[in-house]
Amino acid sequence: METRITGRVWKYGDDVNTDVIFPGKYTYSISDPAEMAEHALEDLDPSFAENAQPGDIIVAGKNWGCGSSREQAVTCLKEAGVGAIVARSFARIYFRNCINKALPIAICDAVEGVETGDEITIDFSSGSVTTPQGEYSFPPLSPEVVEILEAGGLIPYVRQQLHVE
Amino acid sequence: MGQTFVEQVLARKAGLEAVVPGQIVTVRPDKLLTHDNTADISSKFRRIGLDKVADPGINVIVLDHVVPAANETYATNHQIIREFVAEQGISAFYDVGEGICHQVLPEKGHAWPGAVIVGSDSHTTTHGAFGAFSAGIGRTEAAAVMATGKIWLRVPESFRIVIDGDMSERVMAKDVILYIIGDLRADGANYCSVEFTGEAVQAMSVASRMVLTNMAAEMGAKNGVVEPDENTRAWLAGRVDHAYEEVHADSDATYERVITYDASEIVPQVAKPHTVDNVAPVTEVAGTPIDQALIGTCTDGRLEDLAAAAEIVRGRQVAPGVRLLVLPASREVLLDAIEQGYVSDLVTAGATLLNPGCGPCLGAHEGCMAPGEATISTANRNFKGRMGSKEAFIYLGSPATVAASALTGVITDPREM
Repeated sequence: METRITGRVWKYGDDVNTDVIFPGKYTYSISDPAEMAEHALEDLDPSFAENAQPGDIIVAGKNWGCGSSREQAVTCLKEAGVGAIVARSFARIYFRNCINKALPIAICDAVEGVETGDEITIDFSSGSVTTPQGEYSFPPLSPEVVEILEAGGLIPYVRQQLHVE
Repeated sequence: MGQTFVEQVLARKAGLEAVVPGQIVTVRPDKLLTHDNTADISSKFRRIGLDKVADPGINVIVLDHVVPAANETYATNHQIIREFVAEQGISAFYDVGEGICHQVLPEKGHAWPGAVIVGSDSHTTTHGAFGAFSAGIGRTEAAAVMATGKIWLRVPESFRIVIDGDMSERVMAKDVILYIIGDLRADGANYCSVEFTGEAVQAMSVASRMVLTNMAAEMGAKNGVVEPDENTRAWLAGRVDHAYEEVHADSDATYERVITYDASEIVPQVAKPHTVDNVAPVTEVAGTPIDQALIGTCTDGRLEDLAAAAEIVRGRQVAPGVRLLVLPASREVLLDAIEQGYVSDLVTAGATLLNPGCGPCLGAHEGCMAPGEATISTANRNFKGRMGSKEAFIYLGSPATVAASALTGVITDPREM
């Protein structure tokens, strides 16, 4: 896992649910991750999928990813190029899905200091987000969680644990 | 020091004396619930590189999300699952028509007090109504549980929600939980274990308790739980064929929050578009025109829900231009509703009876919405775009409120019928 990530901000509000991140009507009809990315945030911000670039960072308010357990709500963003998500808080299943899909996250109030299009840097080793408005700190993830992120997600982690060749 | 429900159950499962909130434990779940997403989970499982699941005895697989298959893609998805079930020797498999996973799992005896259940569906919280620890997980995580038989869990902080007093006439468990979600908000219990207790909860049927634990997910809870009692034991008798050890919170346990509500003060509630915590008394939205009314889903598709709706529509007709859809939560519920005459009452009044399953709740088939349309539904989510068009409006209410609204064509206070 990269310890420092710099990218362009997409700013969103509170309680963004998984239905607007990845609509339920596609959950069984789309299985190709690249196609999932075409529908990312479709019902919230149709300009996202068209304009997202590799390394972009989503910065949001509280309870990002509430609602359904659908993992495609993480996969579609990762495939769209999102390098990390920074939010005041994450819904719990979404949090676990990010870890399991190795999408780095920071629980941080940086949304106060950014606008869409700003460039910010997340430093996971020091636990800080640097924005044009100043620096915001965040707590480190637990060692168990970091181990899964560093393995590249839960599937590679389980392979390591089970010593699967 | 006393321990909450979740501290006790996770400590016992992890083989530890005691655990504290924030601690991470590894446990072997008793059951792993998956549904139509089992096809994708099985492909993730294969990517791990194993041939056989760790313990086929923990798998419970129910086809419910898009049943019967709406097109070739869904049909192929179901076919992959049937092949996986046969290959892995999974016996707890329930095919098209048995019902919604959160109804079928307990009906078939896979939930019991003290059990640890994880499922690849956010409303897996439902099974806490039987005194189990039950939480939703994602697909990759479900594949990892298949491979290892284990899962890591962070011991959550606990909330104790005390609901005292008697519920008024035509007020249902759905009204109570919507009121609480409106108060605590969508992230009010994020990552927490929520214990529901108090006189009103003790007086509730098991079906009503399932409404509370089902919707605990909508306040962000990791799990919701109701302490097992005589009602629970009676419901489980003849379904669970083994002994179980109940887990009860200690009276001196430490809670992050204890919140008390008076059920007698709660009137019928409606969640307005587009969030579940956007709650108002039905009187505030009464008169809003609707195009469709939906009674069913894992929240409110049980016998008492159909009974409440049937009582209201009996001998009357659904308003012209309104589509009333009824989906019993399971085959068992459907058979009971036929026997009680509720199906006849509803269909005679103009309802369209759909097969047991998730139906249009997730916007895949059987009653999706066009732009500008409004539905009042007994489901648990009203997010933008959830039932089809993102320009449609979803209101959530109790089966009584939905039935009353179907008759008038506008959102209606069921106490007026």
